[in-house]
Amino acid sequence: MKEPKQLSVSAIQNGTVIDHIPARNLFKVIQILGLDRIDHLITFGTNLESKKLGKKAIIKISEIFFEDEDINRIALVAPDAKLNIIRDYEVVEKKVVEVPDNIIGIAKCVNPKCITNFEPVTTRFRVVSKKNVALKCHYCEKITNQENLHII
Amino acid sequence: MKSRSLVSIDDLNTDEILKILDLAEEFERDPVQKLLEGKVIATLFFEPSTRTRLSFESAVNRLGGKIVGFADSSYSSVSKGETLNDTILTVNNYCDLIVIRHPIEGSARYASEIATVPVINAGDGANQHPTQTLLDLFSIRKTQGTLDHLNIFMVGDLKYGRTVHSLMMAMSRWNTTFNFIAPEELKMPDEFKLYLENMGLKYYEHSDFTDIVSKADIIYMTRVQKERFSDPMEYEKVKNVYVLRNSMLKETKPNMRILHPLPRVNEIHKDVDSNPKAYYFEQALNGVYTRQAILCSLLGIK
Repeated sequence: MKEPKQLSVSAIQNGTVIDHIPARNLFKVIQILGLDRIDHLITFGTNLESKKLGKKAIIKISEIFFEDEDINRIALVAPDAKLNIIRDYEVVEKKVVEVPDNIIGIAKCVNPKCITNFEPVTTRFRVVSKKNVALKCHYCEKITNQENLHII
Repeated sequence: MKSRSLVSIDDLNTDEILKILDLAEEFERDPVQKLLEGKVIATLFFEPSTRTRLSFESAVNRLGGKIVGFADSSYSSVSKGETLNDTILTVNNYCDLIVIRHPIEGSARYASEIATVPVINAGDGANQHPTQTLLDLFSIRKTQGTLDHLNIFMVGDLKYGRTVHSLMMAMSRWNTTFNFIAPEELKMPDEFKLYLENMGLKYYEHSDFTDIVSKADIIYMTRVQKERFSDPMEYEKVKNVYVLRNSMLKETKPNMRILHPLPRVNEIHKDVDSNPKAYYFEQALNGVYTRQAILCSLLGIK
């Protein structure tokens, strides 16, 4: 006997679906994309089963289509995220996120003695490893890696 | 156009490094040249560093320039709560070049982005101190006649010592072999060893001085500081292991020279000073020539 196919998060007519977000980083993605300041309908589900991630999250945002540059900002916290662009309930385009070469103004430098933690300086990092994300601070030259990554 | 600054040794390519060393040689032959006549150099020392400051001021004076600045931030507007941003924007109006020493890491890079005049990093916390690295390179080339294929021994605090890290990174451009002598707690960090491995360079680690020093071209000594140890017992155990004595130099190569960024405490015994292989005080003199070269180079004078 087959189970009836059910969507945990209901479909949207037009907009963007971001899938394969690690469940623990859902709220970081929301923060980075500023979804808390969007007026359109947003639904999300978290702790969904995922073979690859264990627990994943999914976000569906109506009427919003992101520029690549903006969406790549979530690569730090959701490197495997996949985007479906929806128009009239159909997937018209699929995208993956890419860790950019430079990260500006998203992450906090882990070094407590870094100037960016003393004065209102926009943080800047060069991505030295994309797989296990490692960021080299443009200012203090210290490495911030995935484990101690804090999103501003 | 944005002017050129020197914040990190990596800001310079190999040709630029060699050009500065050549220029420093020129100043060694003829140190008094009025190339900075009419120029004002600001020396902003947010933390005291007598040696570096005097060396810079000596370099400026020999070049006929004038100096404004402070030697300790407790006498400046910083003590009134001014931000670095505001200090730099203000001082920028008064001078042709800024030399900055600051305990916060990345402060010199930040200053170089705010200022329209060139900025020289004279040490930003544990991060970079490129003029020290350049004077070390100058001293090595001068005593060895080359930078290629040397065997460099680094001794003492290899974990926190920024001078050894910068020098190691810089020397890796010239096929150097490295020997690291350090207590367990102060070993060269993995990230730097990985860097050498990626460069295909050889390095060896030792926990104390052995006969191996007979292979050294350069012994670069650093201070082992008590406050670096989590366990004071550990410090007591190792503090005398890393002291260089004249008797240990018998089998060393004739071209070998001992360098130390200074100040020294007890890690080089006084009986070494009279050995012609002791080079640390000449090294300090080389700092003046090297800084003359850096100043002129950044100001586009030479």
